[in-house]
Amino acid sequence: MEQIGNMIGWETVKMVVGLVGVLIFVVFNALILTWAERKVAGHMQRRIGPKEVGPYGLIQPIADALKLLGKEILTPRDVDKPLYYLAPMIIFVPVLVSFIVIPFSASLLVMDINVGILVILAFSSLSVFSILMAGWGSNNKYALIGAIRSIAQNIAYEIPLLLSLLPIIMMTNSFSLKTIVEAQNGLWFVVYQPLAFLIYFIAAVAETNRTPFDLPEAESELVAGYHTEYSGMRFALFFLAEYTNIFIVSAIAVTFFLGGYQGPFLPGIVWFLLKSYSLVFVIMWLRWTFPRVRFDQLLNISWKALIPLAFINLLVTGGLLKL
Amino acid sequence: MTVSPSSFIQGAGSLLAGLGVTIRAMFQPVVTSQYPRQLLNISPRFRGHIKLLASTENPEKNGCIACGICAKNCPSGSIKNVEGEKREGEKRKTATSYTLDYTTCSQCGICVESCPSDCLAFSADFNCAGYKREDFYYELVKEFEKRKKTS
Repeated sequence: MEQIGNMIGWETVKMVVGLVGVLIFVVFNALILTWAERKVAGHMQRRIGPKEVGPYGLIQPIADALKLLGKEILTPRDVDKPLYYLAPMIIFVPVLVSFIVIPFSASLLVMDINVGILVILAFSSLSVFSILMAGWGSNNKYALIGAIRSIAQNIAYEIPLLLSLLPIIMMTNSFSLKTIVEAQNGLWFVVYQPLAFLIYFIAAVAETNRTPFDLPEAESELVAGYHTEYSGMRFALFFLAEYTNIFIVSAIAVTFFLGGYQGPFLPGIVWFLLKSYSLVFVIMWLRWTFPRVRFDQLLNISWKALIPLAFINLLVTGGLLKL
Repeated sequence: MTVSPSSFIQGAGSLLAGLGVTIRAMFQPVVTSQYPRQLLNISPRFRGHIKLLASTENPEKNGCIACGICAKNCPSGSIKNVEGEKREGEKRKTATSYTLDYTTCSQCGICVESCPSDCLAFSADFNCAGYKREDFYYELVKEFEKRKKTS
């Protein structure tokens, strides 16, 4: 073991183990979230949700995954093949990279990069790219409209997302997620920055294309948006990325505003997952409560409300820090 | 988009109220019935396919006198083969065959209304399924005998 470690370097071993761990977590997380989503939806509509496969329907997502794995991978005739094939693979890159810097607990962290949050934000912009590739490559009007909407939305909401995280970075003087968590030893930053938290959360829901901001995938208008033409495992990759993104935005919110892995009694990882999944639940709760916003409303919320407010918040924070 | 502070507060309040509705619904008992495991009570006025009732004088045999009025009145011509025989010591005939073609029946109830011996009624049989048309040609006399045996 020691020899292998010295031969290829411990850093590489750590990265490989971390990546495998992250992959397992991503799949497991998506399975649990699809099940949870259907259960939450069911109970909010006073139904039961999945219940046939396994106790409380817990094996249902595995049955669904097996079905998707077993399906023939269809390629429509007139698609732009390179774009069509690459899109589901590229959507997975930002997902995996984001996990590398998220601190699950004080020691459970693949890599503590000193520009951690920049890595996440920079790579999450890549998913827009893949959505455009999927929408354009599919040669389908619904997919294209969905992709265009998604891009307009993601560009609009990336700005308030960044601006709401900036005050925290100013307060801690660090981009490293671990340092930011350590800085919340006493009080969580949500107490200092409630407005920023609210802005971040709204922008995060929009970034992940969730209801009430799910225009890119609006079933009632666009069939399924940019992944209309995808089926089988390619569709599953989009789905996996979507559910992982929900977890990632919640994890960032927890890291920045809710004290990350810090909490009394329980170990760090438990606190971290507890807080993250509570936020994921809130996102699901929003989905099953609110109707979809109109497109002009969607952009107005971002450009006319969230961005000015985030700027004011940033200025006030900067001013107070100088005093 | 100009938003006055009062309408902003009102809007935020309504959003929270909506969230309250869904979270409360989440912890309330479910209202759906889990069909194959759990059945709803069937209303007494439910209209399934028609069935033959027992005779008022002799509950051992069906009450149909094979007069054929139901078959003549049926607007869809769904009732066929109404035949009967006169048994010894009885004033009226007793049906020996009675075929209902359920594929064309519209549950209008004219047969039930017009039956002179009041021996037709709607059954509560709602989960009929079959693989071919012939599965829905019900022999009501045989069905009556079967029902009598099981009860």
